Amino acid sequence: MARLIRTEKEVEGRYEEVWLVVEEDALDQWPQGPREVVGRPATRVDGFERARGEAVYTADLQLNGMLHTAVLRSPHAHAQVRRIDVSKALSLPGVHAAIGPGDIPQLTDHCGFQGAAVAAVCADTFAQARAALRAIDVEWDVREPLLDPDEAVRRGALLAEPRVRERGDFERGLAEADVVVTGEFRTGTVLHNSLETHQAVVQWTGDGVDVHISTQFIWGIRDEVSSELGLPRDKVRVVCHYMGGGFGAKNDAGDYTFVAAELAKRTGRPVRCALTRREENLAAGNRNATVQRLTIGATSDGKLTALGGDYVNAVGWDGWLAPTDGPLHMLYACPNVRSTLYGAKLNTPPMKAFRAPGFVEGTFGLETLLDELAAKLDLDPLELRRLNHADRDASDDRPYSSKNLLECYRRAQAHWDRRHDVRSRSTDTVKRGVGTASQIWYGGGGPPSYAWVRVGSDARATVVTAMQDIGTGTKTAMAQIAAEELGIPLEHVTVSVGDSARGPYASISAGSSTTPSMGPAVRAAAADARRQIDEIAEQRGTPDAPIEEVVSLLEDAQILGRGARGPNPTGMQVLTFGVHVAEVAVDVETGEIWVDRVAAIHDVGRVINPLGASSQIEGGVIQGIGHTLSEERLFDPRTGAILTTTLDAYRLPTIADVPEIVTELVDVPDEHLTNLGSKGLGEPPIVPVAAAIANAIRDATGAEVRQLPITREELLRALHEAAERDRRGAAAPV
Amino acid sequence: MPSVEVNGHPYDVEAAVGTTLAEALRDELRLTGTKIACAEGHCGACTVLVDGTPALSCITLLHALDGARVTTIEGLRDHPMVASFVRADALQCGFCTPGQIVSAVALVEATPDPTSDEIRHAMAGNLCRCGAYPKIEEAIRTWRD
Repeated sequence: MARLIRTEKEVEGRYEEVWLVVEEDALDQWPQGPREVVGRPATRVDGFERARGEAVYTADLQLNGMLHTAVLRSPHAHAQVRRIDVSKALSLPGVHAAIGPGDIPQLTDHCGFQGAAVAAVCADTFAQARAALRAIDVEWDVREPLLDPDEAVRRGALLAEPRVRERGDFERGLAEADVVVTGEFRTGTVLHNSLETHQAVVQWTGDGVDVHISTQFIWGIRDEVSSELGLPRDKVRVVCHYMGGGFGAKNDAGDYTFVAAELAKRTGRPVRCALTRREENLAAGNRNATVQRLTIGATSDGKLTALGGDYVNAVGWDGWLAPTDGPLHMLYACPNVRSTLYGAKLNTPPMKAFRAPGFVEGTFGLETLLDELAAKLDLDPLELRRLNHADRDASDDRPYSSKNLLECYRRAQAHWDRRHDVRSRSTDTVKRGVGTASQIWYGGGGPPSYAWVRVGSDARATVVTAMQDIGTGTKTAMAQIAAEELGIPLEHVTVSVGDSARGPYASISAGSSTTPSMGPAVRAAAADARRQIDEIAEQRGTPDAPIEEVVSLLEDAQILGRGARGPNPTGMQVLTFGVHVAEVAVDVETGEIWVDRVAAIHDVGRVINPLGASSQIEGGVIQGIGHTLSEERLFDPRTGAILTTTLDAYRLPTIADVPEIVTELVDVPDEHLTNLGSKGLGEPPIVPVAAAIANAIRDATGAEVRQLPITREELLRALHEAAERDRRGAAAPV
Repeated sequence: MPSVEVNGHPYDVEAAVGTTLAEALRDELRLTGTKIACAEGHCGACTVLVDGTPALSCITLLHALDGARVTTIEGLRDHPMVASFVRADALQCGFCTPGQIVSAVALVEATPDPTSDEIRHAMAGNLCRCGAYPKIEEAIRTWRD
């Protein structure tokens, strides 16, 4: 019987209470360990169509009569459009329509960042549209930009009220400490730079609209477009069969969707609006820079007594406060924790979620300073982390639904023990060392999500759900779950996704939530189909007959199963855990850093596809190495002009930058979480990378790096500071 | 009007002077396996073979190619490198993958058993934001398995 319940939903650390209709979720979890299909390595079910270039991404879609759009974006960090005339663009060859400020809310004459959308033109070709932009007459009133986050806090230029969180008594905790360490940490702005840029193709059909879009959330786009355009929700069809990367930047519709919708309406044609790579580097979101002023107090035997942090998120012109303070409150058992988090409103492009937003930045500061504490206390850094392990949720005392961090530490020991050998290979100029850092993050997923499973007389099954596979291998994992539950080979399962008109509501692919949200719904749907097949077998008097035999009499009839995601366990904290061990070599004369090896050990509950999981961990580690060593969006501190708008200037990791990466998963199902016991893995692997590398640099050289990326300039500064400290230490009376 | 051979078929492509090879392939011939991710020669997603040599089709002008032989990912669909990429899980979102495979094919045609350094050198111009690199290296190392 259906029941209406109120339950908690979490996406990337933001909680809300939602109403939910639950059907009986009576399935017991499978026992721990690999099954016939689940838990065994599977290659991607859509691997060949992607590899052969057959997969049609939004970027590849060509509709009859389709027009192309170019968007005029503010070249200034802060400017008012004094006067604009788009009419001249209309007379140029191929141009069909032009719109400007006032036509739709997404086009503005008050530009708070470089890249703000001001006007748009659509034409038969993109080249014609771009040429027509130059004919648009704009008079700018250029204003002074606000660019410094600390200055924004001083002026009260904030996007939200400062967020203050405290448990226990921080001051008392400091008074109880035998040792106190403090540090100011900075992290830079980094960009998602998915290889498929943000884009949409919009076509009005009858009394509704079709939106083809490169997105992480088909149903979120449907709601956003329906609300913005004033259409009933089911009159908005959202389609995304394949998409070329998101990493958090493609959770919402963006200006391009509404520009395309308006131009499509005006012209009666399908309209594409696709960001160029240079626009992508301005207006598609970023992981915002942060400033972190941290304090750790501990007893002489290493027990944490106080953790304090003042955080400034350099959010930009728009965005939300990513939980940079999260790790401080959640990673360790410490009775006294206090933090203040400011969100600076600046004349820089808006932030968007980026793979574990806030936690990547906050973990760098906390875990790096923790190693300074370990050095002061002369304690083994891994031992210090074990010593402060939290047995219950440190922030609100709830029990964890499951936690195997100590097992992760145990498995990390073998990698950690390599440090003596690694250090001994140092030379006079190239120093080697090993560092570690812990990971905590969300990843439990939640309801609602639905799936249908249909089985034909050939005993082949199709899973239907309107989710998106953003490249994480979700379709493959869902096929494995259905095959396992139905008892048929993986090759006999097809997964149909990507179209809101052709399947039920499905989860966002963000917040490490796709597998834990969708997987239980798919399993429930497959179990519903299986139950019907078993009933038929029973009626035929052949209860033990193989499924192929039972369904073979169906001819064109089909077995239809449906399933829904049940609620998360009440009163429990569902989180993911892990630890990394990094090995580096540092040239102390030139400041060059090589990451030689990273061991990544994670606990995300049951693993569905160990092959896909290892790929995702490797990808997270590599993106983390980019954040740590090479990636940074730079701007002119005087004008705010963005200096890195190409993939030449913005330095993504290449294959030549990749170290040896060892991945390991604890693979114990979370017994309290759904019928699967699986959590998400998209984000955890990027979280501890920077801190593990910074700690390895300290181990190798004694240098205390304080900012990301760790440029040669920063490393040489830290080396110089360490040398000064040694000199003073040697000169000081004992 | 330049004549080019694409995947073994001759074409007289009608396109304005200044049209890039990538635009001609995608917009005129509708071969959308060749992806454009930066359109300025920085990322390698648009890699095709021109007379057997990898070329960045987004910055190669069509009119400079009169008489050339072009091979795109569509022309390599049965090459063992494709199966090797799938087997090794050397793709995630897949947007860079056709370009990766074209570059990889060019490498192994010249050097059938490339070393790790040779792979890294030949493939460093093909960016993958998902970070499938370890498995791309594995796929190229094991392409004949």
